Amino acid sequence: MIEFLLQPWPWYFSGPMIAFVLFLLLWTGKSFGMSSNLRTLCAAMGAGKNLSFFQFDWKAQRWNLVVATGAVLGGFIAANFLSTSTAVAISPATILQLNEMGILDAGQSYMPEKLFGLNAFGSVKSIFLLSLGGFFVGFGARYAGGCTSGHAISGLSNFQLPSLIAVIGFFVGGLIVNHFILPILL
Amino acid sequence: MRTLLYFSIGILFGITMFKSEAASWFRIYEMFQFNAFHMYGIIGSALFCGAIITFLLKKFKVNSVVDGEPIVIPNKESGWKRYLFGGIFFGFGWAISGACPGPMFTVLGAGFLPIVVVIAAATLGTFCYGLLQKRLPH
Repeated sequence: MIEFLLQPWPWYFSGPMIAFVLFLLLWTGKSFGMSSNLRTLCAAMGAGKNLSFFQFDWKAQRWNLVVATGAVLGGFIAANFLSTSTAVAISPATILQLNEMGILDAGQSYMPEKLFGLNAFGSVKSIFLLSLGGFFVGFGARYAGGCTSGHAISGLSNFQLPSLIAVIGFFVGGLIVNHFILPILL
Repeated sequence: MRTLLYFSIGILFGITMFKSEAASWFRIYEMFQFNAFHMYGIIGSALFCGAIITFLLKKFKVNSVVDGEPIVIPNKESGWKRYLFGGIFFGFGWAISGACPGPMFTVLGAGFLPIVVVIAAATLGTFCYGLLQKRLPH
């Protein structure tokens, strides 16, 4: 069992575990939606003074910030105590492709050093990519009213057509950037 | 007590995101290349189980274990523009940063510090949506 948990989790274990998290949140009277935290953060920092979108009782959403804080600790625990190796065994075709694009640690690490190593802080290009990506994630998630957890998991589990449209949007946007923009930007 | 409950759920979520490798930039890249079944297996099996869970909670009108109130799973507002356009923007960002709003926090805990740039930019993006909300088609 311990041996199994220390390996990268297979999809057929990971998916049901995500559903279990969804269950725990629904069962305790909440919902599974992580991007709402970004709105809560804006409201907590005073964005509600001028913008009605941020005028809500953000303190009622503190439980979700607590979930996100737990997710930080969970990441720390998983990376430091629950992994014999953190290399991600992506497919050989992807490794080859990324190598050609200058991502040389594909298949050997958890995240590309170029974007997520400490040296990224000294690279204008890396900071630009991280900022651009983050901005679109935050803007798009709120525009669409949810992200992967809110739409792809919670919404589709509840057979919501809007969530299906959003998820189609996620993939339309993702495929365009992955295939046509990333090869130029990286 | 409740804080501890949600903190524990968050820890479980964070561990799951890291160990499933859904928090890895490489897995997201590979997913959009259709080079592996892994991410589709995760999302598909999560959905399969999630749909059964959601169905059962609704069918048996289960009450919240915390305060005994009925569990409400609200429907999404109808429409399509905001979902499609917002979704496409989200997809742009997902493909570049390899991070969605949950795994971002996990990646931070795992020690990949440049993710703070992504989190800060995502918060700014959320703020800009609030700024432009009334001018955007919904």
